[in-house]
Amino acid sequence: MSEHSGRFGDFGGRYVPEALVPACAELEKAFSEAWQAPEFRAELDGLLRTYAGRPTELTECPRLSEELGIRLLLKREDLTHTGSHKINNVLGQALLTRTMGKPRFIAETGAGQHGVAAATAAARFGLECVVYMGEVDVERQELNVFRMRLLGAEVRPVSSGSRTLKDAINEALRDWVASVESTHYCIGSVVGPHPYPWMVRELQRVVGDEARGQARDLLGGDPDVVVACVGGGSNAAGTFAGFLDTDARLVGVEAEGGAAVGRGVPGVVHGSKSLLLQDEEGQIAEAHSISAGLDYPGVGPEHAHWAASDAVRYVSVGDDAVVSAVRRLARTEGILAALEPAHALAWIIAASGTDELPAGSTVVMTLSGRGDKDVAHLIGLE
Amino acid sequence: MQLEARLRELRSQGRKLLVPYVTGGIRDDWVDIARAMVDGGADALEIGIPFSDPAMDGPTIQEASAVALARGTTPASVFADLRGADLGVPLVAMTYYNLVFRAGHQRFAEALASSGICAAIVPDLCLEESREWEAEAAQANIETVLLAAPVTPDDRMAAICERSRGFVYGVGLMGVTGARPELAASTAELATRLKAHTDRPVLMGFGISTPDQAAEVAASADGVIVASALMRPVLDGASSESVGALVQQLRSGLDQTTTG
Repeated sequence: MSEHSGRFGDFGGRYVPEALVPACAELEKAFSEAWQAPEFRAELDGLLRTYAGRPTELTECPRLSEELGIRLLLKREDLTHTGSHKINNVLGQALLTRTMGKPRFIAETGAGQHGVAAATAAARFGLECVVYMGEVDVERQELNVFRMRLLGAEVRPVSSGSRTLKDAINEALRDWVASVESTHYCIGSVVGPHPYPWMVRELQRVVGDEARGQARDLLGGDPDVVVACVGGGSNAAGTFAGFLDTDARLVGVEAEGGAAVGRGVPGVVHGSKSLLLQDEEGQIAEAHSISAGLDYPGVGPEHAHWAASDAVRYVSVGDDAVVSAVRRLARTEGILAALEPAHALAWIIAASGTDELPAGSTVVMTLSGRGDKDVAHLIGLE
Repeated sequence: MQLEARLRELRSQGRKLLVPYVTGGIRDDWVDIARAMVDGGADALEIGIPFSDPAMDGPTIQEASAVALARGTTPASVFADLRGADLGVPLVAMTYYNLVFRAGHQRFAEALASSGICAAIVPDLCLEESREWEAEAAQANIETVLLAAPVTPDDRMAAICERSRGFVYGVGLMGVTGARPELAASTAELATRLKAHTDRPVLMGFGISTPDQAAEVAASADGVIVASALMRPVLDGASSESVGALVQQLRSGLDQTTTG
């Protein structure tokens, strides 16, 4: 029935209570059929073009490139409607929600970018929308909370656990198990039970597919290195999906305090087996990052598999380098990046001129979202 | 002591089965609370091993888990507390899969067995994912209780009833654990469907908190599991004796069903 087994090497799977099994199976079937149906693809492509503003540009960064001694191209997901790559995924899932005949749409959010995208798609399709967001994130991403409410969504602050993204997912799962017959849970990243990691990667691969074609036009070939930030890992999964069969080296950049690939061990949470920050008994650890979107102790199972099979190299950077990277890109290129993709940039800045990124390297980086939401937080650091 | 053999034996005597739940390590005196539950008429006990991310639990069990973890409770400390406690009824561990996976199936199963636990409920390990655990648990004489939900289709229900050991756990409503003022209509419907599928004991849980609700469910099932309604007073500071008294009231409710 499905195009995909739900397994990525040793990772993935569907670790859910019995009450959610039929809904996961229904979604798997709906997506499998839709993804092979030309009408669905055409409708989604039309929405991405006329509503979300795709394709997004691949932008040269002449001043910063000169400073770093490389040629840096940014895949501009910040230019999409709602300001991040999250819109690609939610438009696909909103169409599926309509196909499944469900009137209600719920989502979790960390930085608020997925929540805003979900609220946007819900408004566009006339769906009732509830977004779960950790209390810590509600506070540090206030602008996005207002945006979601303006779009007609109900934002429910989550006060359990670490009060960040992982707890928002727990609370969304609790909602879903009680509402599953009327509700689609629109997961925002390549995490969760099958079919989510596969489905969200497929819905995000437009980022990588476009970037590959654009890079060939600009560079006359594939870039040397492709870089994206990794929290749950949806923009990275979509980006890498477009370059896996090229010679480009793929680099995923995690937040130092949330480096599930870098410091995690195999475990099961939120429906799939992956790498997780956890203690020796298996209690999930709290991630710590300046970036709400990367403040997550796990990572998508396909990233765990890519790491295990050396298809992608994973590195991490700390908060200070990230803030510097935001400022540097703003001053050299006039582009205000969100804190999440600034992780990718911080790594590029540090690696430029080393063996990792020798002078003259061509680099494609996914700028997954714009930084307006972080301005208040950054002012607080001044 | 094997769980299923014991529950079948009690059922054959015309008794409705009562399985109260206690979060391991919720308080210093948690083993005394467990003992009071047995004295109050429990036929088996469900022992929660607290997990940091109990995504299928409502506010009460979330709080109970957080309180226990904040006290430094670990799987090992729960096992150590139980060793030698000799509570006199079968003990069923209830926890989330990551704790099992992290320890390793065999090691976890052996740790359960060596602390006197004879069965396990792992609610986030659905039928497709649980086979390896079931086999390795069985090697250590641990029975794996599988769960069925109101949305479970008939063919899956048959497989769940076939593979479950100890009893079949009917999740009586679509939702998380927690007391509700009214019994969900889905509870009796699911119990009836499960009873038509299996001769194994069928116990219903989720949203069953009062003696009247327990009695009503027991009319169509072999027994009930009660958790949040007992952990709420424990969190609020109730004595072990008063928790035992609550179990006794549930017992009385069930016993009326049997004679009625």
